[in-house]
Amino acid sequence: MTTPSFTFLGLPILSVLIFSPLVAAAGAMLIGSERLLRGWALLCTTVVAALSLPLWWRFNPETADFQFREQVAWIPFLKIDYALGVDGISLLLVLLTTLILPLCVLASWTYIKTRIKEFFICLLVMESAMIGVFCARDAILFFVFWEAMLIPMAVLIGVWGGPRRLYASLKFFIYTMAGSVFLLVALIALRLKTGSFDLGGMVGQQFSPVFQFWVFAAFFLSFAIKVPMFPFHTWLPAAHVEAPTAGSVILASVLLKMGTYGFLRFCLPITPQATLALAPWMLVLSVIGILYGGLTALAQNDLKKLVAYSSVGHMGFATLGIFSLTTQGVEGAVLVMINHGVTTGALFICVGVLYERLHTRELSAVAGVGKLMPVFTGFFGVFCLSSLAFPGTNSFIGEFLVLAGSFAHSKWITICVVPGVVLAAAYMLRVLQRVAFGGTSNPVHEGLQDLGWREVITLTPLLVAVLWIGLHPQPVVGVLHATVRNLLLQVGPLVP
Amino acid sequence: MTSPFFMAFLPELVLLAGGLALFFVTLGEGLARRARLIATATALVALAAAVAGLGREAVLFSGAYRVDLFSQVLKLVLTAGFAGVLGLSAQLPDIRQRIQPEYFLFLTLSVTGLVLLVSCVDVVALVIALELSSFPLYLMVPMRREREGQRSQMESAVKYIMFGVAANGVMLFGLSYLFGLTGTTSLPVMAAQLGPIVQSPLVVLGLALSFCGLYYKLAIFPFHFWTPDVYQGASNETAGLIATLPKIGAVAVLVRLVSLATPQHGTIALLLSCLAVGSMLFGNLLALGQTDFKRLLGFSGVAHAGYAVVGFVALSGAGFAAALYYITGYVLMVLACFVVISRVSRDGANVAVADLAGLHRRSPLLAATLIVGVFGLAGIPPFVGFFGKLSLLTAALAGGHLVLVVITMVNAAIAVYYYLRVVREAVFGDPVADAPALALDTSTRVLCVVLIVAIVALGVAPALMMDTLSQALTAINLPLAAS
Repeated sequence: MTTPSFTFLGLPILSVLIFSPLVAAAGAMLIGSERLLRGWALLCTTVVAALSLPLWWRFNPETADFQFREQVAWIPFLKIDYALGVDGISLLLVLLTTLILPLCVLASWTYIKTRIKEFFICLLVMESAMIGVFCARDAILFFVFWEAMLIPMAVLIGVWGGPRRLYASLKFFIYTMAGSVFLLVALIALRLKTGSFDLGGMVGQQFSPVFQFWVFAAFFLSFAIKVPMFPFHTWLPAAHVEAPTAGSVILASVLLKMGTYGFLRFCLPITPQATLALAPWMLVLSVIGILYGGLTALAQNDLKKLVAYSSVGHMGFATLGIFSLTTQGVEGAVLVMINHGVTTGALFICVGVLYERLHTRELSAVAGVGKLMPVFTGFFGVFCLSSLAFPGTNSFIGEFLVLAGSFAHSKWITICVVPGVVLAAAYMLRVLQRVAFGGTSNPVHEGLQDLGWREVITLTPLLVAVLWIGLHPQPVVGVLHATVRNLLLQVGPLVP
Repeated sequence: MTSPFFMAFLPELVLLAGGLALFFVTLGEGLARRARLIATATALVALAAAVAGLGREAVLFSGAYRVDLFSQVLKLVLTAGFAGVLGLSAQLPDIRQRIQPEYFLFLTLSVTGLVLLVSCVDVVALVIALELSSFPLYLMVPMRREREGQRSQMESAVKYIMFGVAANGVMLFGLSYLFGLTGTTSLPVMAAQLGPIVQSPLVVLGLALSFCGLYYKLAIFPFHFWTPDVYQGASNETAGLIATLPKIGAVAVLVRLVSLATPQHGTIALLLSCLAVGSMLFGNLLALGQTDFKRLLGFSGVAHAGYAVVGFVALSGAGFAAALYYITGYVLMVLACFVVISRVSRDGANVAVADLAGLHRRSPLLAATLIVGVFGLAGIPPFVGFFGKLSLLTAALAGGHLVLVVITMVNAAIAVYYYLRVVREAVFGDPVADAPALALDTSTRVLCVVLIVAIVALGVAPALMMDTLSQALTAINLPLAAS
């Protein structure tokens, strides 16, 4: 089956998506007025989002082949190509990225007051790099985009963040960098075995088990830090708490997904034997992550920290699904990734909304705002329910599939996860109860404004996504099916 | 196809003519401006001559001097670097006005020595060119103004010259072994004669000792002890020169000498591995604790020299090309840092890392130059430092040196910490109260933009340079075509 080629103004669509934010960032350098800058950033990210939508319609879900492919020799000396392409998994993540970015711009509309130009330039450069990571079909191109995100993200945290922003920013940078140096060694080792940096060429090569083990170990270190898996998660709460709202949203919605995406794109197909052998350990780490994240979230009073630790738990579900190595598990894992992007992104925006009004994120200080902000509480309530995987919301579908998949793999592991699900309900309902109904009249809350139209516009798409995926997940799962089946065939005998 | 003498030797002739003109200028009084003008003109004409000289081939001076693609590419890099260093030296606040003509004279002579060096294929000519490039530097270090009764520039100068002379002595001793074994001073003839006996201990000893003079120039551990002190003691502009161009010359000669050993030579590879590991670890660990930005760059320079040696360990053309590419990128990135140092410096004083605080408010362009330079040094894509490291590591891993590659990457991760400290001050810090905004003149702006563009462009599109280098390296020590 031929893959559809699709161009925009005669240029290949994926390149257009990757480079138009960069061009927009260059354009932003020329703009002086703050109002114009905000408008420009919103316009550019919306245009990129609009350009990415046709990918959804033109994508052929019947095939596991990479689509919208582009390939040009880039550095022939080292056999590096500029190669792009998307399959079902990357398609969803690209769409998640492009659609969440305009919301990030909206969420920063009044939140960011200093150095607005640099802020939006960082945001746009981030968008380029993030789309690039999900589209790259060449190992070095992937690595370049992967590392290119580091600088703007560290700047986002370090310049516009909270009081301990420098600490958080450096911790984020050094953790990620430390992980990725071994990724690079593994990629070079693979290049020397296969003769090029082409990711497709690295699949199905039957490397020796020892080689696979070391390559898997290097991959694991890099991706587990990014996910983050227990015990590599300590950078995450620091980064989330200090980052500005848009930074937290990008971090939660897109950056964390790169770790799990890496597992799917690199570990499973390139080192299948090592994956099969080490999967039980990965499952154990996932379960620890789910329980640990839930227990820690239960004890938090800072709303951002609470959501950050809940992320550790949710991402534990994603890795649980991936290493269950079943069709349902992996499809569920990808859904969890998307859902976590939508729901946690929305929760961070909600926390940002409260912080802008009350300049605090303490649960006790925001208790009882429900009476004064009914619209906000409506949105917040739905996102909280989604976060605890309430049936009818998006997370329910994802976590259900993951649990179904992991049950097929191992009953005991799945039973161990059940307390995690209960914990999620416990900490999220606690928050919801306090925010919506808690407290008596707090004098600080006098004259509290409900959501403005801009905030409603920011949150509505996320609300729609929560309910749409929750009630009618078939289109999203359908896009994944062929890709996931093919991926698992590369690992070994197919489990349903 | 050989070119006529005049055309093949044009860049060197231009530099020599410039040197001669500068010599006459030094005889007069108060001609600092004119000296700078002549030096700048020399650099630009030499650069044009080097561009015109690309692709020329000739063997000159009875086979002692070879003009080939290898030498011509490096001459282009060296003359471009010369122009960059002159752009850096636009102010010279720390060199007395009266001796500035001499400063430019020695600068030009040192570059002339380096340009000659990359073409030498005879060890006698090679040693002479090496000395010609070194001695002017020995004199430029103590030219710095004395401040507050401290004479640290003298201490640095003495350290620099003592280490330099000692290292050169060891190098000559090693070359005498090679001469004694082969009876020739010509490198191509030597290569052919050493082939059958290359495993013998005497050859290994001769080669190992011969490398020492170059280790000193490159600041490889344990020949690096002068580096931080000289960087600190010399004026910012002189340190900018010492940190950059001589390293290209040293790597070029190292390529010529190391390629005397065959790729199967385990002992030489082991020796180079040990030096590389020592340099990387020592440089990076000591750089972690530095507060003076120049000393930090000095120790990071030791580490980077170690990275460059990683390329040599494979003893393959790809590795040599990677080392040359890496050191070229390194020169650009360090120049970027020194531009920032010399402009941030108050009246030529040394710059502490803390002095960079809030640079982004004082001068956004300088801050951008610093960020590009420092992240490039840290090896983060898409800057030239990343692709340099990538090609070095690929070559070393292809040679089977997995442990070395892993150690290199661990070092790259350590180094990120101190580079981040610099960026943290410049980008996240707030300027101290009395720090004025920095106004840049046009030439500095042009230099900054050119450096940023070059660091990014060499990083994003390294293919042209890498292909040219590897093509140039195929014929490096083959017997001469016509002598």
